Formats: sequence, C-alpha cells, structure tokens
Amino acid sequence: MALNVVLVIMYLLIVAYLGYRGWHETQTAADYMIAGREVHPYVMAMSYGATFISTSAIIGFGGAASLFGMGILWLTWMNIFFGIFVAFAVFGKRTRRLGLVLDAHTFPELLGRRYQSKFIQGFSGIIIFLFMPVYAAAVLIGISRFVEVYLRIPFAAAVLSFSVILALYVILGGLKGVMYTDAFQGTIMLIMMVILLVYTYLLAGGVIPAHRYLADMAYLVPEHLTEVGHRGWTEMPRLGSPHWWILISTLICGVGIGVLAQPQLVVRFMTVKRDRELNRAIPIGGIFILAMTGIAFTVGNLTNVIFYKAFGEIPISMAGGNIDKVIPLYVGKIMPSWFGSLFLLAMLAASMSTLSSQYHVGGTSLGRDLFEKGIGGGRIEHGEGTIFITRVGIALSIMLCIVFSLIFSPSIIAVATAIFFGLCGATFLPSFLFGLYWKGMTKAGAIFSVLGGFMVSMIWMGFFHAKGAHALGISNYLFGKPTLAGFPWTVIDAQFIALPISFALAVGVSLLTRKLPGEHIERCWKYL
Amino acid sequence: MWGISGWGCWLAYVFCILSAILCVIYGVVMWNRGDEEADEAEIAKWAKEQREIEERF
Repeated sequence: MALNVVLVIMYLLIVAYLGYRGWHETQTAADYMIAGREVHPYVMAMSYGATFISTSAIIGFGGAASLFGMGILWLTWMNIFFGIFVAFAVFGKRTRRLGLVLDAHTFPELLGRRYQSKFIQGFSGIIIFLFMPVYAAAVLIGISRFVEVYLRIPFAAAVLSFSVILALYVILGGLKGVMYTDAFQGTIMLIMMVILLVYTYLLAGGVIPAHRYLADMAYLVPEHLTEVGHRGWTEMPRLGSPHWWILISTLICGVGIGVLAQPQLVVRFMTVKRDRELNRAIPIGGIFILAMTGIAFTVGNLTNVIFYKAFGEIPISMAGGNIDKVIPLYVGKIMPSWFGSLFLLAMLAASMSTLSSQYHVGGTSLGRDLFEKGIGGGRIEHGEGTIFITRVGIALSIMLCIVFSLIFSPSIIAVATAIFFGLCGATFLPSFLFGLYWKGMTKAGAIFSVLGGFMVSMIWMGFFHAKGAHALGISNYLFGKPTLAGFPWTVIDAQFIALPISFALAVGVSLLTRKLPGEHIERCWKYL
Repeated sequence: MWGISGWGCWLAYVFCILSAILCVIYGVVMWNRGDEEADEAEIAKWAKEQREIEERF
C-alpha cells in the first residue's frame, strides 16, 4: 500500500510539473504552430493515442474479451485500420486543411462552417455536451473498478476521490492539451501493456500452447452463454445469434466505425502544421494501438487460461458476473505486486489523458459551439460570458460523469463506450466524410443527415434495442411492450440501422436541394 | 493456426498484426512527403485563435 501511495504521488508530481511547464512555455499544439515548429511524430502519435485509448479500452473491453473470446480482436483491427490509418490518411489531412481555411477550432465548428449552418454547430455542440459524459463515465468507472478491486476501496469512494484528483488536474492546466503530458502518459501505458502481454504468455506456457489451452476450454463456457451463440473463446459466435450480433454490431462496429467521428480526436488533426506530421505519426500510432487494445483483448482472453489453471474457475464467475472487474482481478491476483503498482499508474495515465480531453470538448461544445456560435449566431464575441459558460460546461460534464458512474449497472464500460461512439458515427460521419470529399453535399443534406442519424439512434435505443428499451422504459410506458420488434432487432446496435439511414439522407436530400454557393465551395477546396 | 481453432478468430489475430505493419510501411514510404508549402499567415492566425481558446481554461 505504501509503495502504491508513493508511486501515485510521484506520478502526480511529474504530471503537475509537465503541466506547469506547459503553462509557462510553448508546449501546446497551438504554441508549436505559432512558434513555427513541428510536433515530434512520437509526441503527436502518443498524444492522439493516449486520448483515444483509456481504461475503457483496457479494463472495459479487456474484460469483455474474457467473455466474448478472440473474435473481439476484429475491433483491434478496426482500431488500427480505421482509427489510425484511415483516420490520419483519409480524414486527417483534409480535416487539417479544411479547418485551416474555415478557421474552425472544434468539430461542430468544422461541420457548421463547411455547411454554413449555425444550427449544425449548435445542435452538434449540445449532442456532444449531453452524451460525452456517458463515455467519460465509462472511463471513470474503469479506473474506479481497478482501484476498488486492487486497493479494496469502495467503488463510490474511488469514483469521488479520483474525480477530486482529476478536478485538481483540470485546475492545474490539464485541459490545455499539453503535448508532453499526453506523450508521457502514453509511454507509461505502452511499457506496462507490453510487460503485461509478455508475462501473461509466459505464464500460460507460450503463445501457441496458450491459444491451444484456451481452445480446449470451450466445454467450460456456461450454458446460458452457449444458448445465445458462444462456441468457445477461439471461435466466432454462431452466425446470427444474439451473442454474434452484440459482438459484431455493438462492440466491433459501434466503436470501430464511430472512432472516425470522435470530436475529441478530430480536433487533433487541426492542430498539426503539415501533412508530414500526420504521415509520420501513422506507424507509431498503429503500433501503439496494437500494443493497447491488441494486448488488452489478448490478455483478457487468456485470463480464462490463467484463472482456470490457478483457481479452477473462469474469470466471469470469479468476477461475480461483472466483466469490468476481470482485468483488475487478474492484475491483483496473478501479476506481481510491483507490476500492480505500476499498472495503477498506467491506468491513472490512461484515464486522465482521455477524461481531460472529454471535459475539454464538453466545455467548448457548450461554450463555443452552442452558446457563442449556435444560440449567439456568431454575434457573441469571445468574452467573459463564453468563458463562464465554458467553465460551467466543464463543471457540469464532470458532475454528470460522476452521477452516471454511480448509477450505471455492472458490466457497463464497453456498452457505454459503444453507445457514444455509435451515436457519433451515425450522427456525424456522413456529413464529416462528404464535407471533406463531396462538393455536392448541401446544407439541407447535412442537416437531415445529422438530425436523422441522431433521431433514428435515439428511437432505436428507446424502442427497439432490448437493453436500452428496458433501461429507459419508454416503450413499455407508451405501448405496453418492452420493445416494438422481436429478435434479431432487439440485439442489433442503433448505429447499424441509423448510419445507413444517415448516409442515405445525406445523399438523397443533397441531390434534391440547393447547392452551397460556388465561392464557398471554392474556398473550402482551396487546399483539398 | 497458432493454436486458434476458429478461422474467424485466427484471421482477426493476423489482420491486427498486418494492419500495424501497413501503418509502418505507409509511414516509412511517406516519411518525407506532405511537406507542401503552407500559408504561414493563415496557420499563424489559426494558431493564435486556438491559443486564445485554450487560455480560457
């Protein structure tokens, strides 16, 4: 315990020092640009990666891997291919150039200015502000579950005490996006995950024997899981079964596609001076993501082997059915104590780097996008009013996040993350993609796409998707039925339905409505 | 298949490694590309406003 406390204090002091330096020197991405300097590709990639990957990916999805099996590695493939390669090479470069000519500083502002629509900016701002805390709660639950299991502190106390640490971090300048702080946090995460993988494979008897042992454990899958399609940890679930739909439509596609329209990640592309910086960040980013989610999901699976060998039980039963506790239990019961202390730091780093960017985006969505540009119609200048609303936005984001963390049910991290990613994908992705690549996309097309994607997602979650509809209870209240349709619709993720509709609306409405002025399109395409 | 019984899971494992290799190859090939002439004044204007936004925190 004493070692843990000393290490945490040392870590916080280093982060505070880096934040302090960033406050006084030229350390943010904007400072680099003003100084005419390029951000080192390692720092750029780590900064992006540390924002992208959090305790949600490592603890939440790592725990989900122990239940869903190695098929979840398709999400790692999507994280690398879409989340890094496509995001940087296809979206990133054009986002940077469009953001520059349109003088856009937030994701809603980029969409709003591209389509000359204050409504899009304001509406996008309010959606992000309201739903970002759901994702932030997933991250906060991740670190709090680790602290709960590893340090044996009650969950609610862990949520509140970590929130206090985070509030201090925010006050000390953690929201400024100091590049070195993110890079430092990313490096800690990278080192600890590599150690975790090597140790786990060694413990399980080597790479191939470990996989073989896991394959041979298929008979241990609980009956309630085999009934819904689970066929063992090294097999994909039965095609079309409830388990298959949840794995494919919610966990893999929800997060794998939704990553392309994440407001806190898109802004990273705008704070880069040249395409070269993005090109150079791709290899480091690809390896970083492989080392984060690839390792978390592989180790998540192998916890079955290790726990069964050590205790004769599979992790899901050891964790009392709460998959969010599997990775914390594994680190606490199996890994050496020195590793547990350092892993705690890595999880602190993973959650602080992501949460700070989530709160940053939550605050600016309310202050700049909704208040200053949306409601204010661009007539409000940057002033005390905006600063006040932005700070209120950050405070509200933190409070909502704490409330969600305390009321959400167990095994929620991966699902809550997928809800936010899927919602962003369905709502923003068509407008974002066509905004970068299609001159013919109209303002009406973008508005219909954004509104349609959002509304279909909400309706699907409230009336069709079983988990969402049961939790909200609206369908039962209005129609006397828990959901309006039967299987398989009850297990298909909202984004799976809403994203194609959002794309169809974007194209269909754009073909029928008035084009944007030619000079505006020319301006947008100045560097595209 | 490296001890993994299902081809769907084995492919996922292989694709993860291949996609990371793709990123490395792309980065190496493109390492010195993308150094186009940028409008320094435009970049400076954007960056100054960005810093103003950041300083609100």
